[in-house]
Amino acid sequence: MSDQMPVNAEEIMAVIERNDTARLRAWLKTCTSCGLCSESCFFYLANDNKPEFMPQYKARKTLGELIKNKGKVTRAQLEEMKEIAWARCTMCRRCSQYCPFGIEIAVMINVARQCMRTQNVCPDRLMTIDQSYVEFGNQMSIPDEEFVETCEWMAEEGQDRLKDLEIPIDKEDCNIMFVVNSREPKYYPQDIQEAAMVMHAAGETWTMPSHGWEATNLSMFSGNLKVAGEVTQALYDAAIKLRAKKICITECGHAYRAAKYEGPYWTKQPGGKAPVEVTHAVQLFHDYMKEGRIKLKHKFKEAITYQHPCNLSRSGDLGPVGEALMDMLCEDFIPMEPHAEWSHCCCGGGGFIPMGADYKRTRMVAGKVKADQIKKTGAKFVLVPCHNCTDQINDLNKEYSLGIKVMSFKELICELMELPPHMQPEGEGDE
Amino acid sequence: MYAFVNGPLVWIAFAVLVLGSLWQIVSLYKMSKRTDKVFYDHYNPGAAAGSVWAWLTPFGSRSWREHPGLTVGTFAFHVCLILVPLFALGHAVTLEFNRGLSWPSLPDPIADKMTLVFLAAALFLLIRRFAVPQVRIVTECRDIVVWVITVLPFLTGYLSAHKMLLDPDLMLMLHVLSGCLMLICIPFTKLAHVFLFFMTRAFIGSEFARRGTKTW
Repeated sequence: MSDQMPVNAEEIMAVIERNDTARLRAWLKTCTSCGLCSESCFFYLANDNKPEFMPQYKARKTLGELIKNKGKVTRAQLEEMKEIAWARCTMCRRCSQYCPFGIEIAVMINVARQCMRTQNVCPDRLMTIDQSYVEFGNQMSIPDEEFVETCEWMAEEGQDRLKDLEIPIDKEDCNIMFVVNSREPKYYPQDIQEAAMVMHAAGETWTMPSHGWEATNLSMFSGNLKVAGEVTQALYDAAIKLRAKKICITECGHAYRAAKYEGPYWTKQPGGKAPVEVTHAVQLFHDYMKEGRIKLKHKFKEAITYQHPCNLSRSGDLGPVGEALMDMLCEDFIPMEPHAEWSHCCCGGGGFIPMGADYKRTRMVAGKVKADQIKKTGAKFVLVPCHNCTDQINDLNKEYSLGIKVMSFKELICELMELPPHMQPEGEGDE
Repeated sequence: MYAFVNGPLVWIAFAVLVLGSLWQIVSLYKMSKRTDKVFYDHYNPGAAAGSVWAWLTPFGSRSWREHPGLTVGTFAFHVCLILVPLFALGHAVTLEFNRGLSWPSLPDPIADKMTLVFLAAALFLLIRRFAVPQVRIVTECRDIVVWVITVLPFLTGYLSAHKMLLDPDLMLMLHVLSGCLMLICIPFTKLAHVFLFFMTRAFIGSEFARRGTKTW
């Protein structure tokens, strides 16, 4: 069994050498151990300010040890590091905002994860997912045909809600190539239907690819950047093949970060830019509303707050866009404090949700910071434009008896939008 | 010994400071051309400058604002650390006597008080290292060594100016010796943050700016 396999220090060192950048060296030479990163970290805050949870310590106990020992560590040591790199950090990057030198602990944790992944030390579920990406091109082992069938089914069923609803597959020369989280075809096909309804109502020319439709990239978090690059490449290839103007990512946080910001580097794109412009459902829906392409029956009336996914609002440019969309859709939008790029991670990110039941306890403890933030707003509705945040906040709802309802933008828009007469299904015209 | 310390050693120390720092900066810069494509792809001068400036200003960053005690302590420490040696009357007089250069200076009572402020701030930072658990856990021996190296020139300078504890000439020699030690250590210890600060902040400023966000 892999437990008995000796650790291959050379493979670990190869990862470290590949990541041996001038900025990493500058960070290691600079850090004065001032401790300012501590209180930025929700793991630290939620675990009663225990010093072992402060970010610099976590980097030191993982990547620091690997560098110091030149990769010559035991499997038991790697197992210990695993419980830090995956179970005490979601790579949310909030600590780099609090560091006087802007040191990126998250990058160091990521390098540590890559090192461990070469030795197959990684939460099991994440390794299974890597394998699923290789075999099926998505994280949930869904054959492409099944995905296409699900879309056809959802289009047909959706015609009860929107007349002549279509989900175009492999249509060329569209403005938008929409890609989803494989959770949607697997467990929440309604999500696909609702996104289709919004785009259809806005008069968008759009399509979904029959291959390269998976937007998620959990290999970014497992530390298997080879697979991460392949997943992103499949996405780019599909868009290039269909000559789509833009790739639009579904309401998912890390998928946007992977496709727009990190993917270009894994796939070695010139200038660090994706070959096809990458946008996100939050941006798309925002623009529809702003341009008046979607009309509302009325705004959402109840008090509602907004969860800023780290990968959209800190590692992405959608913080203000999400808030502007909330204002256009809701009468009583109450932001959490802190919010936007300063938002706390909910502890669903960085691979945590897919890491499964083994890590649920840890996730519930660390999620307390988010639960408290939600409670403080007093709102009973939380708009969450990210799948992992959605799962986490639903779990937090039970754990901390928040009594809230989690919604997505597409769900909310479908509830509120006024369809033009020719799109209204028969028999509902004069409701 | 005295002649060496107060003569050539000072020049050696300055040479090591300048050449050592240049060597560090140039070698990191050259390496970055090869390994930090992400920085050059997205370098954003405005964000880089903003990122440096916000953090050089007391309470200029969110992190400073949320930690007012440390902000006051660390700015008092650094402002005195830079101004007192640059403009101490004793230093200006030495420069004029030896090189004929006229150099602006702070009145002695002010430099004196600033030295005391510096020593108090340094003591605060040292106590914080041990009293605050999340700082203590990451404190290493070298952090203390660097602290001692930084504090010694100020302590000996104060003692020699006030002719305390030791024979003033001997104290003065210790002052120059410890000052030289600090200058020599800057490029090769954590004190390198004197110049690395600008490089790492320029990076993170640009890195967050490419995502439309910021770190202050």
